Amino acid sequence: MRVLRRAPVHLVLWLVGAAWLAPVVGLLVSSLRPAPDVAASGWWTVLRHPAFTLANYRDVLTAQGLGVGFLNSMAIAAPATAIPLLIAAYAAYAFAWMAFPGRGALFALMVMLLAVPLQTTLVPVLRLLTAAGLTGTFPALWLAHTGYGLPLAVFLLRNFIGGLPPDVLDSAAIDGAGAAQTFFRVVLPLSRPAVASLAIFQFLWVWNDLLVALSYLGGRPSVAPLTVTIAGLVSSLGSGWHLLTAAAFVSMALPLAVFFSLQPYFVRGLVAGAVKD
Amino acid sequence: MGTLLLAAIALAGAPAASVVYIVAAELALGRLAVRPRRALRPWVWLAPALAFVAVFLVYPTLDTVVLSVRDATGAAWIGLANYAFALGSRDALIALRNTVIWLVLFTGLVVGGGLGIAALAERVRYDAAVRGIVFLPMALSFTAAGVIWKFVYEFRPAGAPQIGLLNAVLGAAVPGFEPRAWLVGPPWNTLLLIAAGVWTWVGFATVVFAAALKAVPAEIAEAARVDGAGEWRVFRQITLPLLGPTTGAVATAMVITALKVFDVVYVMTSGNFDTDVLATRMYHALFVDQHLGRAAALAVILLAATVPVMAVNLRRLRREAAAR
Amino acid sequence: MARQRRTAIVFVAAAMLLAAGGGDSSAAGKLGGTVSVLGTWGGSELDSFNAMVKPFEDRTGAHVEFQGTRDLTAVLQTRIQGGNPPDVAALPNPGALPLLARSHALKPLGRVLDMTQLARQYPSTWLDIGRVGGEPYAIVVKAALKGLVWYDPQTLAAEHVTLPPTWAGMLALTDRLAGRGTSAWCLGLGSGATSGWPATDWIDMLLLRAAGPAAHDAWVRHKIGWDAAPVRQAWEQFGRIAANPKDVYGGPPAVLATDFGDAPFPMFTKPPRCLFHLQATFIEAIIQKQFSWIRPGIDLAFVPMPRIAPQYAGVAQIAGDVFGMFHDTPQARALMRYLVSAEAQAIWVKRGGALSPNKGVPLDAYPDVLSRRAAELLVRAPAARFGAGDMMPPEMTAAFYKGTLDYVAHPDQLRAILARLEAVARDAYK
Repeated sequence: MRVLRRAPVHLVLWLVGAAWLAPVVGLLVSSLRPAPDVAASGWWTVLRHPAFTLANYRDVLTAQGLGVGFLNSMAIAAPATAIPLLIAAYAAYAFAWMAFPGRGALFALMVMLLAVPLQTTLVPVLRLLTAAGLTGTFPALWLAHTGYGLPLAVFLLRNFIGGLPPDVLDSAAIDGAGAAQTFFRVVLPLSRPAVASLAIFQFLWVWNDLLVALSYLGGRPSVAPLTVTIAGLVSSLGSGWHLLTAAAFVSMALPLAVFFSLQPYFVRGLVAGAVKD
Repeated sequence: MGTLLLAAIALAGAPAASVVYIVAAELALGRLAVRPRRALRPWVWLAPALAFVAVFLVYPTLDTVVLSVRDATGAAWIGLANYAFALGSRDALIALRNTVIWLVLFTGLVVGGGLGIAALAERVRYDAAVRGIVFLPMALSFTAAGVIWKFVYEFRPAGAPQIGLLNAVLGAAVPGFEPRAWLVGPPWNTLLLIAAGVWTWVGFATVVFAAALKAVPAEIAEAARVDGAGEWRVFRQITLPLLGPTTGAVATAMVITALKVFDVVYVMTSGNFDTDVLATRMYHALFVDQHLGRAAALAVILLAATVPVMAVNLRRLRREAAAR
Repeated sequence: MARQRRTAIVFVAAAMLLAAGGGDSSAAGKLGGTVSVLGTWGGSELDSFNAMVKPFEDRTGAHVEFQGTRDLTAVLQTRIQGGNPPDVAALPNPGALPLLARSHALKPLGRVLDMTQLARQYPSTWLDIGRVGGEPYAIVVKAALKGLVWYDPQTLAAEHVTLPPTWAGMLALTDRLAGRGTSAWCLGLGSGATSGWPATDWIDMLLLRAAGPAAHDAWVRHKIGWDAAPVRQAWEQFGRIAANPKDVYGGPPAVLATDFGDAPFPMFTKPPRCLFHLQATFIEAIIQKQFSWIRPGIDLAFVPMPRIAPQYAGVAQIAGDVFGMFHDTPQARALMRYLVSAEAQAIWVKRGGALSPNKGVPLDAYPDVLSRRAAELLVRAPAARFGAGDMMPPEMTAAFYKGTLDYVAHPDQLRAILARLEAVARDAYK
C-alpha cells in the first residue's frame, strides 16, 4: 500500500533525475568520442557502435598551464569565498537583530545592488585597481569578488538569521553574552546550513568566472585561472571546441568534491545546533 | 607553491583580521554609555560590508547613472536620448518583452521546481542523490552549459542523422515529425533558452529549500498527520507557510537573476532571432557599439525594475519585525 | 621564381638585421623585460604564435605574454578604459582602428617601423589597411584569402559537372542541379556572437565582382548608402541562393542554424548533399580535421569566385589580423619590428593556417598545394580588399551581421532591413 502510494513521488523524482542527467551524460559521452564522430552522429549511437578515446582528456590535461591554472583557481576562489561570507554574516546579523535608523532603506539598497550588471562595473573598478597598482594580482580578484558576492550573501543570510528563534538569542543575552559572543557562539553555528549553501555557490561563481579574471588579471599566465587556460584551448575559428567537453569535467571535479563534502552541513546544521541547546 | 601560500595566508588572515576587528570594536563599545553604544553598534557590524559594496558596486553605479544622460563617450550631456533609444525601437520592445517572459517563466519554474523537488526528495531515502543531480549544472561553467544545450537543440536537415537530443527524441516518439531548427525562430527559441536557464538554476533553489525544510520541526507535521490530514494538506497548510521567508528570498534572487540573464542567451543565440534581453542589449551597447551612454541607460532601467521587488521585500521585513 | 627567391633572401636578411638591431636600449646586450599581447588565438593558432615569437624571445631576452580571448573587443575596451591596456594587440577587424587611433589608445607606428623599407615588402593595399588619416597605426601580420569556391573534384567528376567560368554560369548550374533535386550550395551562418559574417563575405564578394573595389570602398566608408543599387543587387544575388530552399542544403533554417565550421561537411558525406561552399582559406584545416582521408588538391580544391564583370575578375577578398601598439615600450617596439618581418611570418606560414602579406615569404614555405595556390593568388591579385564586415565601424558591422540573418529568415523584407542598416549607419559613421 505504502509503496503504491509513494509510486508517483518516485516516478517524478526519477523523471526529474533523468531530465537533469541526460544532457550531462551527453556531454560526458561526447567528451570520450573522437571529435569527428561528435559532429557526425548522436552521442546515444555509441550504444550500438562503441568508439571511445581518451584523446580529449589527454589534450586537456597536458595543455600548457593547466596545473598552474588549477592552483591559481584555488588560490582565487578560496579567499574570495571565505571573506565575503564572514563579512556578510556580520552585516546580516546587524540587519536582523539590531535596530537603527535607515535599516530598511539600507537593506533595500543591498537588494537593489543585486541587480547591478557586472559589466557596467568593469571599467570603473579596473580604474581603481589600476590606480592602486593591484591589476594582475590575486588581491584584485579577492577584493572584487568580495564586493560582487556581498549583496546576495547579505540578503540570504539576513533572511536566515532573521528567522532564528528569538528566545535562543535572548537567552544568550540573559547569560550576559555580548553581541560578539552571541554572534560567534550562537548565531554563526546555527547559520551553518545557510552559510554552507552560500559558500558553495560563491565558490562556484568565482571558480567558473572568466570575465572578471580576463578584465582584472591582464594576460599574465602566472596568475591565470583554469577558466582562462581552458578558453585558450579553442581557436579563434572555433576549432578545438570538442576539448571544452573534456575540460568541463576536469574543471567540475573540485567544485563537486567541495559540494559533496559540504552537503552534510545543509542537512545536519540546524538540527544538530538545536539539539545541542 | 608561493601561490598557495599567499592564498592560505589570505584565507586564514583576512577572516582572522575581521574577527579581531569585531572583538576589538565590541570591547571599545563596551566602554561607552548604553545609548551611544546602541547607536554605534550596528555600524560597527555593517562597516566592512558597506565599504566593499560602496567601492565595487555603488561607485560604479553612480558613475553609470551619470553616464546614462551623456553621449557615446561620456563627454556631453544629451538628456534622455539614451533612454529613448533603450525603450523606443522595435529591438528594444522585443528585448523588454523577452525579459518579462524570462521574469515570469524562469522565476516561476525555478521557485516551483526547486520547492517541489526539495519537498519530494525529503520523502525518499535517496534525497542526497537527487539534490546532487539537480545541483550538477551549477558546477558547470556557462561555456560548458552552452555547449551542452547547443548539443541538445542541434538541428540537421531532414534525412541526415540528427545529433541533437531534442530532435532525435521527438523524431523517434512522434510519427512524421520533421526536425526543426529550434533556436532560429520565435517563440520556441526563447522558451528553450529559458528551459536551459531553469535546468542550470533549479539546483540553487533546491539546495536552499532543502536547508529550509530541515528546519521545519517534524513534530508539527506529525501531529497533523495523526489528526488525519493528508500529505498534500500538511504540505500546503503547515510546511508552506513556514517556508514563506525562504520562498520570498529565493524568488527575489531568481527575479533578479532573470532580469540580469545574460550568459545563456549570449552563448546560445547572442540575442539573434528575437531572443535579445535587456542584459544582452546592454553588453552590445557597451562593447560592440561602444556607446557608454546607452549601455548605462539600459543598466539604469535594470536597476529601476528592481524597485517593486525591493518594496515587497521591505514589506515582508516590516511584517517580520512587527511579529517579533 | 628564382628572382622572387633572391628578393626573399634579401628581405629576410634585412628584417633580421632590423629586428636584431631593434630596441631603443643603447646597451648592446639583451633587451629583457616583457611585452604583453592580446589576441583571439587559442589551440593550434596559439602554438603557432608562440613558435613565431620564440626566436624574438631568444634574441632579445624579452618575454612575450599572450592573452587570448574570443571576446577581444570587450576585453580590449575594458582594459583601455580601465587604464591597463596590453602592450600590443592583434585585431581581426581593421574597422575598429579609426576609433582607437582617434582616442589615442593606439600609438602611431611611423617612427617605430621603417615605412619605406616596409613599402618594398608589403603591397600598398595591405599597408593602407592599417592607416588612419595617412598615418600607419597597425600592420597585417597574418592573412587569409576569402571568396573562394570550395568543391570536391571527385564529386564533380562523378556528377558530370564542370565549373563554369562566370557567375551567370554558376547560377545556371545551380538551377540545373536544383531541377535534379540536388542543392548546389553548402552554407552556414552560425558563429556565436558574430553569426552572420559568412553572409557578409558573400554579399561583399558579389559586390566586388560586379561593381569593383571603388564601389566597395564607397560602401565601406558610407559614401554610398545601403539602398544604393550595387549594394542592394549584391544582397539580392545572395538571397537568390541563400533564401532559396532548393539551392542551399537544408534550406534557410539550416543556413541559419548551422555553424560556419560545420557547413562544408555535407559536401563529403556519402552521398554528398551539396557541391559548393564559398569560404576563406582557413576552412581547409577545419575540413581536414573532420575528414582525415581528404587529400588537398585531389579531394578538395577551390577556385576564386567566378567573374561577373570581366574587369573585376581577379580582385581578391582578404582577411587578417592587424597588430597595433597600445603601450610605447622598447619591448613593444622591438616586437612590432620583428612581427612585420618575413622571417617571423614564414614561421607561422610553414606551420599552416596562415598566409603572409609580406612578399619576402617564399611560396615554397607554404605546406601544401592549396595554401601555395592561395598565396600565389594573394600576391598576384591586381587589387585586394578586406571583407566589408571587417572594415566598417564595429556598430555597423554588428548590424550588418544581424541584418543578413534577418534577410535569410525573411527574404521579402529586404527594403526594411536595408532601411534599418541605413539608420544605424547615420549613427555609426559620426
